[in-house]
Order: sequence, then structure tokens, then C-alpha cells
Amino acid sequence: MAAAATDGGISSQLPLRMECISKCFGKLKALDDISLEVSAGECFGLLGPNGAGKSTLMRVIAGRVRPGSGSAMIAGDSAGSSRARRSLGWIPQELALYGALTCRENLLAFGRYQGLRGSPLQQAADWCLEWAGLTDRGTDRVRNLSGGMKRRLNMAAGLIHRPRLVLMDEPTTGVDPQSRNRIFEMIEQLRRDGTSVVYTTHYMEEAERLCDRIAIVDHGRIIALGTKDELVAQVFEARSEVVARFAGPAAAEFVAAHAGRMAGDAAQFTVAGPSDVSALLEAVSAAGLTLIDLSVHRPNLESVFLHLTGRGLRD
Amino acid sequence: MIFSIVRTGWMALRRDRGALALSFVLPIAFFSIFAVIFGGQKQSTPKISVIVADEDHSSVSARLLKGLQAESSLNVLLTPLAKKNQPVPYTAATAEAAVREGVAPVALVVPKGFGEHPINIGDTSEGQQLRLLKDSSDPVAPQMLNGLLQKVAMTSLTDLMAEQGMKYWDSEAGGFTAQQKERMEAGLRDLRDYRARQERGEAKTSAENDAGLIRVQARDVVGANKQSPLISFYAAAIGVMFLLFTSSGAAGSLLDEAENGTLDRVLSSQVDMTTLLLGKLTYSTLLAFSQLTLMFVWAWSVFHVDLWSHIPGFLVMGLSTALAVGAFGLMMASFCRTRAQLGAVSTLLILLMSSIGGSMFPRYLMPEAVQKAGLLTLNAWAIDGFTKVFWRDEPLVHLAPQVGVLLAAALILFLLARRLARRWEFA
Repeated sequence: MAAAATDGGISSQLPLRMECISKCFGKLKALDDISLEVSAGECFGLLGPNGAGKSTLMRVIAGRVRPGSGSAMIAGDSAGSSRARRSLGWIPQELALYGALTCRENLLAFGRYQGLRGSPLQQAADWCLEWAGLTDRGTDRVRNLSGGMKRRLNMAAGLIHRPRLVLMDEPTTGVDPQSRNRIFEMIEQLRRDGTSVVYTTHYMEEAERLCDRIAIVDHGRIIALGTKDELVAQVFEARSEVVARFAGPAAAEFVAAHAGRMAGDAAQFTVAGPSDVSALLEAVSAAGLTLIDLSVHRPNLESVFLHLTGRGLRD
Repeated sequence: MIFSIVRTGWMALRRDRGALALSFVLPIAFFSIFAVIFGGQKQSTPKISVIVADEDHSSVSARLLKGLQAESSLNVLLTPLAKKNQPVPYTAATAEAAVREGVAPVALVVPKGFGEHPINIGDTSEGQQLRLLKDSSDPVAPQMLNGLLQKVAMTSLTDLMAEQGMKYWDSEAGGFTAQQKERMEAGLRDLRDYRARQERGEAKTSAENDAGLIRVQARDVVGANKQSPLISFYAAAIGVMFLLFTSSGAAGSLLDEAENGTLDRVLSSQVDMTTLLLGKLTYSTLLAFSQLTLMFVWAWSVFHVDLWSHIPGFLVMGLSTALAVGAFGLMMASFCRTRAQLGAVSTLLILLMSSIGGSMFPRYLMPEAVQKAGLLTLNAWAIDGFTKVFWRDEPLVHLAPQVGVLLAAALILFLLARRLARRWEFA
């Protein structure tokens, strides 16, 4: 590890580099041979159903979980080391703030924990308040802020020391659409400044909007990795997705017999071209089902996720 | 509908183990403690230690000592405990010093010449008075000893009392006839024979036949010029108990931070767990010391406790106590899983420690076994130290045992807290 940190190679200085990370909790294999890299200014999405291993992976990066095997390097330093912690910002899902302190006092406290003192600390607090749009609320106590403001301050507190890599664990949970847009703008500003972000979310549209690359995690493994278009291409190639609703006694059997799946009251099929759609319609008719409606569209990230995990993101 | 509300309340209580413990275990625990302290004693009063310095070395003083040693409620100390291998009997001076140091709450000095006129009947200034050197912080022991002395005189020195009484009557009532004197001499011989047989176990004691008085002169050797002795005691006693509550509450912030993710954030910064715990300990110690300071300043301003001439002792004991209770709170917070659990367990433990450690009533009123058990608490050592400072005016070096125990306890509790806090550190 020391060699990796000091060999001066470009890859060793990546904001994040993980190789063959595995971790077991008792008999449960929480992480299974995870490898990934995040480049400067990149927003890297981690998607997966509940219990897939996302949080454990984030905690390995933060140095809060020791992997059973493999290595995790933050800007060339071993995860959990003092230097790695200096390069890392942690924005937990919970509002990890001191409620009785003001916004500015919170930022100053977390800044001191990061080793900042004097005017650099004051300047960092000013920058954070401005970045989070809370300059005029600096002297307000945290417990008196709205939910969206608390979320923004929670994010700012993780950036007080201007880290190279920021871990954001569902930062928009419980936030109204207006505040969510404000948070997206904050993240985009960070990326423009060259900060890398590892982002987990339960909202597919957030991942599609923010993330350059996405890893889909299930049962502790990365089951797909790439840009949104790459993932769609990997899973669906050039095929399209047909969503149809039927009425009839044997609809479920029909869907299963034609390699489809039920999503709510609609059935989903993948088709290679128009001839497959015609064949599907004929089969519906032959099965004695009544077609209520049908649409054909290009698969999106949600389609990929459903296809790979068999579950919705918020299941 | 009312039943549904009752049922919901009961289900909620049943699942909150902390509240359940406070509701049912705490009252039973306290009832048991008080029952042991006040109800479970085999003798009606706790044993009182009394130092006896026999400077008379007469047969009378020997009989008096023997009578005192036979009293089941007294623990008679004739030589310093530390010198049991080379016993050197107490003198008036060493007995007084021992009372000042708190070895015993009272000392009895039998002065030279006491045996010549031990019994005081009538208005006579003959002979030497017994001297009682007492620590006025314990109002019970001297009075009890005084009473027992009279009892011992009645049961052990009956012949001397009779002889002295007859002499008094002879001089005050115009003299006895030769026949009366002869009969009285015969009676005294019988009485002395009876006592000799009694000592050989051949005759039973009959206190009804005895009567008399011993002159006792009592003097405070500790706290003679002080305000009520219990004020400085309670400033320390109550102070320590509330310090324990405050410290466990302050350390509970660790559980809040673990719960809301702040701990994760802090530990992912440049702060490691040891530094974090040291920071929390420092905060708790300063908070506790501030509380103690306020308590003693209040005691000085309202109850005239002499704080300003005891500043060095107060600083040493205050900081040691504050450090120990701070470490206790930290250990409790690291041990417990939730705030509710911390509240229940620490309340139980602190009240238990406070009751047997002397925060609620002085330990010298408790049975010996409970007094010894009290030494397992921080309260007892802290209160003993403050008593040495404010009551006995002892020099700083005499605080070494109390300070040593409190600092050792602080270290052990902190190391325990550090070990328990590993669960938050890494998975």
C-alpha cells in the first residue's frame, strides 16, 4: 500500500481506487470482490436494493469498516489513515449536526475536528454557508431550520475542509422538490471545482441526472458498471421495452410464458424490433386476452435495474 | 376504551426495559438497601470505635477497661492499628491525634490518679476526671460512650461505689457507729467476693445491685470552632451524587451522536476515538468541577463553610472527584446501548452508590459490613477526602489515599470506556 501511495503513478493518485474488497459479517458476505475507481470531478452513483451492500461499501471508503481482504485507497492513501481522512468528506444519511449550535458554530466545530484553525477556518465556514445558500442563516440554531436547510448544512459540514472525494449517502432523503433542485446545483458546482462524489440514492432520476457512471450493487457484488447508456446497452443491446396491460383470466401465465414480468398491473417485455411487437399482439389475441393499452420505448436506468435485480430501487 | 388505553400503556412499558426497571427494580433495590442498613442489624446500634489511653495503670482503670472491652457495642482500640506487631499503647497525645485523623470519633483518656477516687458521689473535687476527646461531626459516639461508662461503673466498680458512698455518708451524716462500720465492712467484703466470683464466672451479673457515677470531662478536638459539622459533609455528599448524575448525562451525548450519525462524521475527521473520549472526559471533568465549586461557594456564602482557607485541599479533592465521576459517566455511556438504557442503569447505580457511599446519610451510622461495602463507591472516597479537608484540617499529604483511589478509579473507568467504545470504531 505504501508503494501504491508513493509510486507517483497517475492511477495511485485517483480520488478513489478499490481493489478486490470483500467483507463478511459472520456468515453474511456483505461485500464480494468489489473493485472500482473514481476519477477527479466524477460523480459515481451506487445503486442497489436495500441490504445490497451500498452502506458497507461507503463505510469501507470512509475507513469505518475494515475490509476482510482487498485495498481501498483515497487519493493514494489507505482508507482510514489520517491523510485519507483529510482527503475525504462524509455526508451521512442522518442529519449529523449539533442541534443546539448555530449553522456557523456547527461548521466551525467540524472544521476544527478536521484540523482547521484561524482565518482558514473562518473562510471555509463562509464558503460553506455560501455554497449551501445559508449565509443569512449563519447565526440561526440548527434545530430552528427547515428540513431542506438542515440537509444543505449537513452537506456543507462534510465539505468544510474541501476534500477531494465526498461520500453522499442519500443526501436528498425527505427533501421537497425545490430543495432537491438546490442540492443538485450544489453538487454540480462541486464537480465543476474538481471534487469527486460517490453518491447513493433511492431516486433513479437523481442518478440519471447527476452520475457520470453508475454501479449497480446486489448481494455485495457489482453486477453492472458504466454510464447510463452503457448499462442500457449492456442489458438490452438494441432492444426496446414493451409495456402492456391486459384483461383476462390467464394474464400472469401468458406474461411468464413470453419472458415478460409483471410490474404493478402492467406487463413488461423486451423486443428486438417491430416484428416482435406484431408477434406479441397476435399471441395476446390467440390467448383470448383483451389488450387495454400498449407502449414501446427505449429502456431506461430503471428498466436496467429491474432487469438485473428483479426488484424496484425502493423495495 | 379505557381498557384499550391501559393495555397500550402496559405494552409500551413492558417493551421499555429502562422504564420497567425504574418502575419495579429500583424501589425494591432501595427498600432492600435501607432494610439492610437500618433493619438487618443484629445489635440495636452500630459498633462504635473508641480509643482508650490508660495513663493511670491502676487496678481500677484496668477493671474499667475490661468492662468497656466487654461491651458488644464498642470496639475498643488500645494501640494504633498500624502498630499491632509492636503494640505501643495510646497516650493522651496520640489518642487526640488519632481522633483528629478520624481513626475513631471519640477517645477516652484515663488520667493518672483516677484510680484513687474513681467514683464521684456528692460534691467532691477529689481525684481525676476521665477525659473524652471527641470529633463533633459525630454527635452519637461520645454520648453513647458516656452512657456506657456509667453502665460499666455500675457493673464493674460496684464495690468502689459502695465504699465511696459510705465514706460520703460517714462524713456528711455525722459518722457511723462502730457496729454499723463493722457491718458495712462485712458487706463490702461480700461484695468484693461476689465480684471476684463474677470474674471467675461463678456468679451472674446483677446490674440492679449496682449504682454510681463517673465524672467525665468532654472536649471537642475536631471541629471545636466550626459551624454545624454536617454542612461541609453534605456539600460534598450531595455534590458528589449530583456530579455522578451530571456526568452520566453529559457522557450520554456520545449515544446521541452515535444515534444521529455525528459520531461517524467526527470519527471520519482527524479525531480518533481515544481523542474523542479524552475530550469528552475533559469536558465532563470541568463541568463537574464547576458544579462542585458553585456548591462550595454557596455553602460558604450562605452556611459559612470556611472555603477560602481550604483552597488547596478543595482543588485537589475537587479535581480528583470530578475526574473520577467524569470517567464513570463515560464508562456508563460506552456500556449502554441507548439513552433510555443509560438513564435507567445509571440512575439505579448512582442511587445505590450514593446510599451506601454516604451521600444520603453518614457512613458511620451504618453497620460495619455496609461501611466496608461503601468503600467500593466513589462517593465514600470523595466524601472522606472532603471531610479531611474541611473538617479535620488535615494537610494535603493526608489526602493521598483518597486521591490515589479516585485517580486509579478514573484511569480504570476510562480504560474500560475506551475498550467498550471499540464497538463504534470499526466493524
